Amino acid sequence: MYRYDLTDRTLVQERVAQFRDQTRRFLAGSLSEDEFRHLRLRNGLYIQRHAPMLRVAIPYGLLSATQLRTLASIARRYDRGYGHFTTRQNIQYNWPQLETVPDILAELAEVEMHAIQTSGNCIRNITSDHLAGVTPHELEDPRPWCEIIRQWSSFHPEFTYLPRKFKIAVTGAPQDRAASLVHDVGVHIVRGPNGEPGFEILAGGGLGRTPIIGQVVREFLPREHLLTYLTAILRIYNLEGRRDNLTKARIKILVRSLGIEEFRRRVEAEWELLRDLGPRVDDAQIARMRGFFNPPAYLKLPNCEPDLGKETAFRAWYRYNTAAHKVPGYRAVFVSLKKPDMPPGDATDSQMELIADLADRHSFGEVRVTHTQNLLLADVEQRKTYELWQTLASAGLATPNIGTLTDMICCPGLDFCSLANAGSIDVAKLINERFDDYDYIYDLGEIDVKMSGCMNACGHHHVGNIGILGVDKGGEEWYQITIGGAAGADASLGSVIGPSVAKTQVPETIARLLDVYVEQRQPEERFLDTVRRLGVKPFKERVYAAPIAA
Amino acid sequence: MPRRLLRDRQIVIDEWLYVAEAAADASAPLIMTFDQWQLEPDTWTGRGSPLGVVLSPAHHVERLAPDLKYFSLIAAEFSGPGEGRGYTQALLLRERWNFKGELRATGYVRRDQLFFMARCGFNSFELPEPDLESAYTAFSTFSAAYQPSNDSGLAVKLRRDIPASA
Repeated sequence: MYRYDLTDRTLVQERVAQFRDQTRRFLAGSLSEDEFRHLRLRNGLYIQRHAPMLRVAIPYGLLSATQLRTLASIARRYDRGYGHFTTRQNIQYNWPQLETVPDILAELAEVEMHAIQTSGNCIRNITSDHLAGVTPHELEDPRPWCEIIRQWSSFHPEFTYLPRKFKIAVTGAPQDRAASLVHDVGVHIVRGPNGEPGFEILAGGGLGRTPIIGQVVREFLPREHLLTYLTAILRIYNLEGRRDNLTKARIKILVRSLGIEEFRRRVEAEWELLRDLGPRVDDAQIARMRGFFNPPAYLKLPNCEPDLGKETAFRAWYRYNTAAHKVPGYRAVFVSLKKPDMPPGDATDSQMELIADLADRHSFGEVRVTHTQNLLLADVEQRKTYELWQTLASAGLATPNIGTLTDMICCPGLDFCSLANAGSIDVAKLINERFDDYDYIYDLGEIDVKMSGCMNACGHHHVGNIGILGVDKGGEEWYQITIGGAAGADASLGSVIGPSVAKTQVPETIARLLDVYVEQRQPEERFLDTVRRLGVKPFKERVYAAPIAA
Repeated sequence: MPRRLLRDRQIVIDEWLYVAEAAADASAPLIMTFDQWQLEPDTWTGRGSPLGVVLSPAHHVERLAPDLKYFSLIAAEFSGPGEGRGYTQALLLRERWNFKGELRATGYVRRDQLFFMARCGFNSFELPEPDLESAYTAFSTFSAAYQPSNDSGLAVKLRRDIPASA
């Protein structure tokens, strides 16, 4: 993984000093609430329902065991013993005291971490494929490019006060595990007409109030031009993006109002003027950055499935919670943070420490955060998976549900977030209580449920196969259900099935949707495919045919 | 009371007047809005004093480009703490239009923005009085930068000479 040099280390320490001074001035009354808001937001600090919320950056979801131990230690000493992993591969603390945040940042800096640009109207953490570098069929490991963009976008003088937040995702495999089509900019590693390396560049995707799938701005960009092309896109956005209306300020609205052709024309025209000024990414820079992501010292092992006869529970876990690895004898192992009685994406301090130890023992000391709010040990020897499973299971981290109904994406909701209209954690709990039969869950196969407590869509509900959106109806929490959304390479937005339902009706509503699927599916057909084939109508009819007890 | 500002990292008395302030002094260097300039450019140039112009955040720098030779000062206005267009305006003026005169940040300007403003090419800053004395420290907030820029030798290359393990 990338390791800081003196420059990186100095910059992060200087940021801590800067934020310490800003906090001091705010507490002393020389910065107003509003002035401080603009400063703290660029450092991941929100003022929430109960306390400040601090979002710490995990660049493209990659953590060392040491870093994870520090996150655990911060959770224990400054929070209430847990942290929440997010869909953008970061971690959030919900209970730190404002006065202690500079100290937290100083501790993070010691392990090469920070909260720079994790909120505010600037370029946010770069996200990527959690299986980067280990998945078969990958064209190229996207992480060196993520790091190149991370550095370029950190404290970018021109783009620190954008109209709105700006999210970039980079992928290098045909499967899109980073939801890049619903990012402000999606960067896809591709090959040009003659096999030369470069990128397909998309822009204008996003969720929130107005969900839009990103569109291609440039089909092929030679790789050395990546940063100048991003500069052109961001410059057009900085100058032309709306600043009069917060809900219309994302780049997706600009792209939609100009149309993709006109947006492309402007970007290309700007790029022509600036491309030769640089920064150009040269081969030596790429080679240096790739050097940080070299494969670990894999052993030469035969490709041997572990003895699956041992226990049914292990067999299920192995099937659902591990993924193929490009190196024979290895698997990528998901650590499920979707235990039914835990808020999705939460991990306790002791769980984090255990995972850090397991990473040291089994996965070359690295851990990854997935955009589906689980953790991943990317490089585990197949023959050690049984042993690993036993340890994970004893800590409540082996719920065998990755990719299934109960592997829900879920925002913090009304329990923590001051934006939310409705709870989401408690709805996840109701769904877990209703669907606790794993034979049934496995029979349903691949299906993703995504839930947001308000239209800001932090839980990505628009692109859930089943999406659940919390809405406020006369002071009560109601839920609008969509079906048919998808976040991958074939991304689509879900369709609303009908009137919203009460909180207690959500599980039965989902049960009825699933009944239609089970009755109508063709062999090997996923829920998403059935919805795409049949349309919303039969699902809608079933849900609303008979009243659901509240 | 004369206005004090930060120019080239020194606190100075501003010798420039905005049009609305200029009634008493016909010979003072004068700053006008772009609209005022466009209405009667000959009157302004006939005045014989140095001229400056203020850009609003929505102003396209390209529109000013043909007239740049008349101005020894350009001010970009910041409408509030979230305003970000002035950074691009400054950068374009320096980089694309090669403007060498005084580039001034006006409106909502506070010490916490100065580092980025300076990197985009601003060299003078109309700060509120309480910020003036302490503001100079803001220029050294960071001792290096990842991006090439206008101001100094701060930029580090993406490729650096320090070994990967350092």
